Amino acid sequence: MSAPVVTRPPAGEAASPTVPAVRRGRVRRASRRRLVVLTLAVLVAAGFVVSLMFGQTTYPFDDVVRVVFGERVPGASFTVGRLRLPRAVLAVVAGFSFGLAGVTFQTMLRNPLASPDVIGISSGASAAAAIAIVTLSLGETAVSVLAIAAGLGVALLVYGLAFKDGVVGTRLILIGIGIAAMLDSVIQYVMSQAAEWDFQEAMRWLTGSLNGTTWEQVLPAAVALAVLSPVLLTQSRNLSALQLGEDTAAALGVRVERTRITVIVAAVGLIAFATSACGPIAFVAFLSGPIAARIVGPGTSLLVPAGLVGSLLVLVADFTGQYALGTRFPVGVVTGVLGAPYLVYLIIRTNRAGGSL
Amino acid sequence: MTTTHSLAAEHLTLGYGDRTVIDSLDLAVPPGRVTAIVGANACGKSTLLRSMSRLLAPRAGRVVLDGKEVHRLPAKELARTLGLLPQAPIAPEGITVADLVGRGRHPHQSVFTRWKDEDDEAVAAALDATDTAALADRAVDELSGGQRQRVWIAMALAQQTDLLLLDEPTTYLDASHQVEVLDLLTDLNRSRGTTVVMVLHDLNLAARYADHLIALAGGRLHAAGTPDEVLTEDTVRTVFGLDSRVIEDPVSGKPLMLPIGRHHVRRPDDARSAAG
Repeated sequence: MSAPVVTRPPAGEAASPTVPAVRRGRVRRASRRRLVVLTLAVLVAAGFVVSLMFGQTTYPFDDVVRVVFGERVPGASFTVGRLRLPRAVLAVVAGFSFGLAGVTFQTMLRNPLASPDVIGISSGASAAAAIAIVTLSLGETAVSVLAIAAGLGVALLVYGLAFKDGVVGTRLILIGIGIAAMLDSVIQYVMSQAAEWDFQEAMRWLTGSLNGTTWEQVLPAAVALAVLSPVLLTQSRNLSALQLGEDTAAALGVRVERTRITVIVAAVGLIAFATSACGPIAFVAFLSGPIAARIVGPGTSLLVPAGLVGSLLVLVADFTGQYALGTRFPVGVVTGVLGAPYLVYLIIRTNRAGGSL
Repeated sequence: MTTTHSLAAEHLTLGYGDRTVIDSLDLAVPPGRVTAIVGANACGKSTLLRSMSRLLAPRAGRVVLDGKEVHRLPAKELARTLGLLPQAPIAPEGITVADLVGRGRHPHQSVFTRWKDEDDEAVAAALDATDTAALADRAVDELSGGQRQRVWIAMALAQQTDLLLLDEPTTYLDASHQVEVLDLLTDLNRSRGTTVVMVLHDLNLAARYADHLIALAGGRLHAAGTPDEVLTEDTVRTVFGLDSRVIEDPVSGKPLMLPIGRHHVRRPDDARSAAG
């Protein structure tokens, strides 16, 4: 048995020139991240204001601000307050929910293809919501509950089917894509059977739409975001450790199963509430994380940046769909056009070199 | 803090599905020493290491650290005493060396604590000890295999544990990098008294670098002791099913195993008497 030895370096050793170098590098990366988050937040705020100001009729900035703070402004109170404001708020809330939920799944499963909208979770929530609203004519709460139950059900189903001596990312993704395809055809069947079948409603459940958004739709999604996003943010460090592999994370003191369950339930909740409000806005969950990763750079938590990218994507895509293309398109069509090529690119790249986020 | 932590397995039985991999194993890890676990492929070396760091719950028996069962210790408390470097850890794309090493601080942090000075100091000390400070701002993916392994060891060092378990830390490395990594682990053991337990494939490197050798065969402990006691022609025959000649390593004075296959052997008699 050896003599007792001090494990930690004595205090004097802290004088190593490496300490300030390490600190400088860390501070530099952290300040870059802060700058990115701040810039994104400013852009989201700007997009929010622009979507309130511009449209068929344009209102000056002052009027918009007064309406937002509850003053009555003739004309603007209805158009901005009743039509544009709930729509813009839902764009921010749903975008943030999709972005945040997407990036947590992608980080946890270490694969950008493992986003909830690719592996069937959004389709499950969407199919349940479509059945609840179109076929069963249920109210908001029942719709949300069903959407969450279905989202969790699909998550468990995909996870269970992919489980064999541990979950392998590729198997989970392929099973998820298959289940998503089946659920999408369920949605199409429901739409074709519905009595009050109409194009706008169908688009809502197939690709997502913010048309005709009311406060009753916004509220549950906003409350869900306020409750569930802090839950995910507290898992941020555990997720960073999980990126190194399950064994490494467990060796670092992460409770892997508990983290996984917390993250899955919270992220599926976010997806389901947002989806029951505006449908599964195509590819927002899938795109936000990788875009945020490009901007922030590797090594720091992507949760908040990805949420902001999601909000920005939905705001910009909705504005583009409404006013920039001549004909009005629902937001999901625009994000779908952006997302589909990226999906193809990722599948090609993953097949070449087993990529990660 | 001293490094006289005791780590032991008591009647430990491990398995996956209906397959039993380790069968009622008893062993003790000598504190403050370098221990190497050797054995044939699929004999349960890695499984044993995973269970000792609580990644795998035992079927029966227990793993005991300082008198406490590891599977009942709080996860972070255990992770401050015992670190594990798995065989194939994953580096997120583009992550820098300093960031990766910083993740070793996880068990010392909580959701609400901010990064502290002592975290920077631990990361810097780990980079210095592994001679990777110059690489701090480089991306892990662009490093050579040997550098990358040193960085992973730095991450485990930033965890500041008195016990360090490593699953085949030299796999995929060329000869010079293997020696470099094993020298580094020896430095850590000698300068800080870190107890090192590693699974090694190469019997001769294991005999050279370990103070204590554990040979597993068929899920059971075949032999444990100093390299001189464990690395014998009999052990090699039982554990690996291989005929061999064990001589004194002219470089280290430790035992050196020379395999005897069907080809390229002068004549059985010559081989037996070659090293006199």
